[in-house]
Amino acid sequence: MTTRSVTELQDLAWELRETVLQMLHSARSGHPGGSLSSAEIMSVLYFHVLNIKPEDPKWPERDRFVMSKGHGCPTLYAALAKRGFFPTEELFKLRQNGSILPGHPDMNKTPGIDMSTGSLGQGISAAVGMALGLKYQGLSSRVYALLGCGELQEGQVWEAAMAAAHYKLDNLIAIIDYNRLQIDGTNAEVMEVEPLADKWRAFGWHVQEIDGHNVQAILDSIEQAQKVQGQPAVIIARTVKGKGVSFMENQAGWHGKAPSDEELKQALAELRQRRMQQ
Amino acid sequence: MTRLANRIAYGEALVELGRRDPKVVVLDADLAKATQTDRFRQAFPERFFNAGIAEQNLMGLAAGMAATGLIPFVSTFAVFATMRGVEQFRNSIAYPNLNVKVVATHAGIENGPDGASHQSVEDLAIMRAIPNTTVIVPSDPITTKKAVEAVAQTYGPAYIRLGRAEMPFLYAEDFQFEIGKGAQLRDGYDLTIIAVGNMVEKALLAADELAKERIRARVIDLLTVKPLDEELILKAAQETRGIITVENHSILGGLGGAICELLSERYPARVLRVGLQDRFGGCGNPELLHEELGLSVDSIIAAAHRLLK
Ligand SMILES: Cc1ncc(C[n+]2csc(CCOP(=O)(O)OP(=O)(O)O)c2C)c(N)n1
Repeated sequence: MTTRSVTELQDLAWELRETVLQMLHSARSGHPGGSLSSAEIMSVLYFHVLNIKPEDPKWPERDRFVMSKGHGCPTLYAALAKRGFFPTEELFKLRQNGSILPGHPDMNKTPGIDMSTGSLGQGISAAVGMALGLKYQGLSSRVYALLGCGELQEGQVWEAAMAAAHYKLDNLIAIIDYNRLQIDGTNAEVMEVEPLADKWRAFGWHVQEIDGHNVQAILDSIEQAQKVQGQPAVIIARTVKGKGVSFMENQAGWHGKAPSDEELKQALAELRQRRMQQ
Repeated sequence: MTRLANRIAYGEALVELGRRDPKVVVLDADLAKATQTDRFRQAFPERFFNAGIAEQNLMGLAAGMAATGLIPFVSTFAVFATMRGVEQFRNSIAYPNLNVKVVATHAGIENGPDGASHQSVEDLAIMRAIPNTTVIVPSDPITTKKAVEAVAQTYGPAYIRLGRAEMPFLYAEDFQFEIGKGAQLRDGYDLTIIAVGNMVEKALLAADELAKERIRARVIDLLTVKPLDEELILKAAQETRGIITVENHSILGGLGGAICELLSERYPARVLRVGLQDRFGGCGNPELLHEELGLSVDSIIAAAHRLLK
């Protein structure tokens, strides 16, 4: 655990966004929308919450993080590089042949990745399995998982949710990047996921709803979730897909395409301005 | 002859494993009594995890537990293990190469009275196609135990296919089971019968009948479907007049498919496949189903006659 101020964590979130867009630009493909929406969440996890050792990525007592919305991995890669798990140059080989950073997380290729994901709905099951495994082995480490809101349409998520409550996994914290968009449009257009808090409550989880771009709120909610006993905790973090770049915000079209040279220039200019105004 | 269901041998082997290694955990999906993981549950309740009737999550839980260093054994009926949970097995277990052992029971058409919805005639084809995955089909209680021990000691994803019926003891306790190695149970130079699982017993019976007609059939219990024992199969193709594959599975993509793939590239030879002819199983007494669906001793003998004609 590193201790950082709210201002630092917010600044790091803006930095992650800049890095992510540069990575996607050099990869010429990837998922900007859902990578930008989770920047504050990833900043708080990787620069404050997670008990991890960059010099010993497989340390058995570490906290685990599962990027259940695997396509959102650019933000995770940027955070891992910043924490020193691998050199920053690797970031710009994203999605290229022979790179240690594939389009979706691979636990055998990238130092610091705890689970291979990409097929939506599967990461949360693995996170539940990890939480069970850690408990069985008497380890006090926690498991954190980040899910997309469209991902919640997968039946497996609810199988996993049921199991986590059944096994009283208070070492598991799920965070939902609730940006309300998926590929074909809004959740409401594609397949409504509301009433979301009620669903998780009904499945036996401790539920909090927060503004997912408010660093203080993320910090507080995680602290609260860590105190929960006898049940798993979920944080429904309301976010904006494409957050920070005017032409990407709330645009389903920016789910899975890389910015052009011109778009990158404008996006970086906007992000730097927002960061300065912080 | 004393007989024992392979799944009972599996349940017993799990308990022995559990005694030796605290890292062994067992998961099931509400079929522990049928799959016999109940024996482990009784012995080590704190290490048994029921996923409920949720096979996708079953695979995911096992993956997560393996990622923390445990050795999960996962059981349910073969049809559910390899079809309801197959993408989970593929993406959360095989792709990350996690140390999960799926031991599925009631494979083939042996789940007779339950009918085709509960039978599995495609699982070998499916699991064999998934990279990183070892596929084993024990034929008797001894090879079942040895296969369970072998996969526990060998890192990586594995699929063990078990039936439901009681099987004879075909091997002695001191049999040296090795992943990727078949066993030649009968010598012969006229033709070769390569069988797996509960069809090995039938292959031996067919060989006995053929012997009465002075046809000497070599009988191989392949035991591991992936990786293939290429040497043993190629030798049989070279030394006998052709091969009959026998499996309680579709003739597409399983044992027969694997052997045709190997031989067509390395030593083209005549192969006849005994198995389900691209159809589902059926409902009723399993032995009668074997007769009806071309899985009987007589079907093997008929194939031998066709081959030698
Ligand atoms: C099982 C599965 N089905 C489909 C996809 C293709 N896919 C990738 S991202 C995505 C939309 C995800 O939306 P959401 O979970 O809301 O993520 P976010 O908006 O945060 O990016 C889809 C359908 C997939 N990766 N996995």
